[in-house]
Amino acid sequence: MHIIESGNVAAASGVKLARAQVIAAYPITPQTPLTEKLSEFVDAGEMQAEYIPVESEHSALAVCIAASSTGARAFTATSANGLLYMVEQVHWAAGARLPIVMCVVNRGIGAPWTVWNDHQDSISQRDAGWIQLYACDHQQIIDTVIQAFLLAETVSIPVMVCYDGYLLSHTYMPFDVPDPDKVDEFLPAFKPAYALDPKQPANLNTVTLPDIRPDVRGNLAPGYMEIRHNLHVDLRRAIDKVAEIDARFQKIFNRGGHPFIEPYCCEDADFIAVCLGSLSYQLRDVVDELREEGLKAGVAGLRLYRPFPEQAMVELLAKAKGVVVFEKALSYGNQGALFTDIKAALYPGPARPFVKNFILGLGGREIKTADLLKTFREACTQGPASIDTPQWIGLKL
Amino acid sequence: MSDATFACKKSHSEPGPGDAGKTGSWRVLRPIINVNLCIPAKTNKMACFNCWLYCPDGVVTRTIPPTINYEYCKGCEICAEECPVAAIQMVEETKLIKKEK
Repeated sequence: MHIIESGNVAAASGVKLARAQVIAAYPITPQTPLTEKLSEFVDAGEMQAEYIPVESEHSALAVCIAASSTGARAFTATSANGLLYMVEQVHWAAGARLPIVMCVVNRGIGAPWTVWNDHQDSISQRDAGWIQLYACDHQQIIDTVIQAFLLAETVSIPVMVCYDGYLLSHTYMPFDVPDPDKVDEFLPAFKPAYALDPKQPANLNTVTLPDIRPDVRGNLAPGYMEIRHNLHVDLRRAIDKVAEIDARFQKIFNRGGHPFIEPYCCEDADFIAVCLGSLSYQLRDVVDELREEGLKAGVAGLRLYRPFPEQAMVELLAKAKGVVVFEKALSYGNQGALFTDIKAALYPGPARPFVKNFILGLGGREIKTADLLKTFREACTQGPASIDTPQWIGLKL
Repeated sequence: MSDATFACKKSHSEPGPGDAGKTGSWRVLRPIINVNLCIPAKTNKMACFNCWLYCPDGVVTRTIPPTINYEYCKGCEICAEECPVAAIQMVEETKLIKKEK
């Protein structure tokens, strides 16, 4: 059924279709309408879920961690400083291998206060051990939320579904709400490999010492390093699962096909722009215009940021002369995080297109298509840069 | 839907003594009970037991006289602090280890 609704309602509808059993979230702009919609669903009896009000984001994720430990399908959502307030639990959820799904409605981080969109919040958590998926429009939000539960539960790793605050969360677009029976077919009830049971008390994630040690029965138990190594190995293996789940989704819903990177006019492109989120769709207009000017341009929207799909990225960029990375986040004192990831992915291979970095849209600074056009055109025509530092777009000094 | 080949290594264990290792090895000061001062030992009555009550690791027994399990006692000194008759002395492990050797 096609409806016209906001991105937040798209996310909430996905959570409802996924039959989340425990929802704990603390409202924060621009995520608030998402949690409000979920509380309405629960209140109206449209969802068989426990909606647990909490006093902070730290508690929100702590509730989800507890619920997930008992084998419940758990969901939370946040933005910006709310995400930062729950950071301790963010890392915990990954280390504990709990398949929680969280929407991060991307917003800039204070100080100074901002409520508008950039990607600094979720990018700051790229090393937490979560899978990070980014949506470019409302259809991708609802589809990705549903897929995220299957992915998280398959690989026992929590998943963040990130989408742009306001640009997607508060704008209205038509999208298809998948048929509930088909969603049930795609995403069966959560059958956890392990669930905490009062009849069988257990220690979960208690203190580990630097070395491995015997458990109470005298068997050697994995230590901190073994458990963390396993998380890393499984995150790398999860890349194939992302593709498998996308294929399964495509078969049932006839949507998808680009689980890692969504390319636009990239097949013959000499110059490819890479970015996260809705910006990639804005850049499609720029690509169309550059193509009319005779420049073979393309744009790639990265859907899976962690684990980083190096192979797919290198395959996409290998034939290009130049790569332009537009980022709404920055590793302060260095470069854009995606920029360094892309350069690192290209480094071992024979193909070495030049790679440039542009920082834009921080704290919701307007990204003008005309500025993107000018920047992308110049970046292509001017060739390799003499310095490797990011340039800023829309900065008023 | 979980894939059994994932999350093979997790920190899940059966509760029991020693799940966090023999924490007694962390100890710098060892509490030693002087049975000549200790109230239950002196009076032969089930009385006082502040050391048992306040021990955060549960390694003091509620017996006459109370005993301390040195395999897990971290030497936090709370028992010595709470003893109303100062019957518990904290002695440096290095001195005792030398003597024991």
